[in-house]
Amino acid sequence: MEPILETLGLAEAAQLLSLSPPGWGANLLRGLANSLQIAFGAFGLGLVIGLFGAYGKLNGGPILRDLLAIYTTVIRAVPELVLILILYYVGSDLINKVASMMGYGRIEISGVVAGIWVLGVVQGAYSTEVLRGAIKAVPPGQIEAARAFGMPAFMTMRRVTIPAMMAFATPGLANLWLIATKDTALLAIVGFSELTLETRQAASSTRAYFTFFVAAGALYLMVTLFSGAVFGRIEKWARRGQPSLKGGHK
Amino acid sequence: MTALRALMQPHRIVMMALFALLILWCAISLRWDWIPRYMPLALEGMWRTIWILVVTSVLGFLLAVPLGLAQAVGPWYLAMPARTFCTIIRGTPLLLQIWLLYYGLGSLFPQYPWIRSSELWPYLRQAWPYAVLALTLSYAGYEGEVMRGAFAGVNKGQLEAARSFGMPRLTMFRRIWLPLAVRNVLPTLGGETILQLKATPLVATITVIDIYAVSSRVRSDTFIVYEPLLLLAAIYMIIAGLITLAFRRFENRVPG
Repeated sequence: MEPILETLGLAEAAQLLSLSPPGWGANLLRGLANSLQIAFGAFGLGLVIGLFGAYGKLNGGPILRDLLAIYTTVIRAVPELVLILILYYVGSDLINKVASMMGYGRIEISGVVAGIWVLGVVQGAYSTEVLRGAIKAVPPGQIEAARAFGMPAFMTMRRVTIPAMMAFATPGLANLWLIATKDTALLAIVGFSELTLETRQAASSTRAYFTFFVAAGALYLMVTLFSGAVFGRIEKWARRGQPSLKGGHK
Repeated sequence: MTALRALMQPHRIVMMALFALLILWCAISLRWDWIPRYMPLALEGMWRTIWILVVTSVLGFLLAVPLGLAQAVGPWYLAMPARTFCTIIRGTPLLLQIWLLYYGLGSLFPQYPWIRSSELWPYLRQAWPYAVLALTLSYAGYEGEVMRGAFAGVNKGQLEAARSFGMPRLTMFRRIWLPLAVRNVLPTLGGETILQLKATPLVATITVIDIYAVSSRVRSDTFIVYEPLLLLAAIYMIIAGLITLAFRRFENRVPG
């Protein structure tokens, strides 16, 4: 292994990226783990907000519908970076107000929780739109049939609407997941040590900017390609039972 | 008229009144005394944001056309690199790309004496060329994918008609293929341009003073947190609204 790296002129890069202490590989992987943790949390929170938002937009009263329209429009028109700062300050102010009312001192919010909160609220606006479109694509006869059998609303959602809309929602949700993983990089600007910030610290203390940024790019790309494959499988699963458009095959 | 009538529903009037009260409350009880002092800087920053948005969108689109064409109909030795480029751009965060170009290239260039003695060196020492390059490549990467679908989706009959009239290939591309392709994806392009607007504040991290950087400066100078951020969000919403309006007018002008 080493002679090959030597001849390619990559020995120095391999040493910088090695997992044991003189190398910075472990820091990058720790950053990646933090990024993925936040992306998972934010995506999940976004899905929950999105499901309520979509139902609110489709079935809610006029005031709720208008409020949700304002939420999705504002979030989608303002840069994520600005939203992250606003939500970060609002969130920490609110928590400290509540804490002081209850007689506790100042609370330091952990970076992971703050990251999930701000990115989750942003993701919620986008997944509201994705899920609303998917729910509207479900043939209404199926939902009416469930209602005609006396299924309670929640059971209709769990057994009929959500499984039937999965096929329509998966491509949009796959996109949102990729956006979530890439948006975690923005938390570097509020000083949370996810992959991009770890990379920058490693790069600026070794002066090997190119090596580290390319390595981090490769890590992000691996996550993207892997997620693409996973979502492809999920979509195939969600589309089971739907007639194939290709025809003639199998 | 119908738009006005939709606004005149009772609950909307109440909500608008509440919103007006909220604005009034913001205007009176929040601190805005810093505005006159930072006005010239803010105007400069806003100009720079719009300038970067327009330049990178136009350059990125010009780059996206060959990228889309190569992927849609090109031979494999052109399609492969184009697809790889789009995958890499779309698969990594823009912030990382900006930092890679600025810190990476920026630390590589001074090692070569011929670059340092070239005419371009005074520009390469500044931050904005890297910002423009990174945002252009990013827009091209996303748009290349959009244009691939657009070129492939043009009705074959139109192209065959042009060919049967003996139209040269370049004229056919310029007069038939490109306009039809662009017309089909105008709504997508509008959305992508708003995404590009939302990407511009990232250039503030490499010392380009755009409107976002001005608001950060206000925050760190005066310790006023919310007011500059709220104003900044309002400015971005206005610009996004203008982009939407511009694209809608554009869409209405082309025959559907």
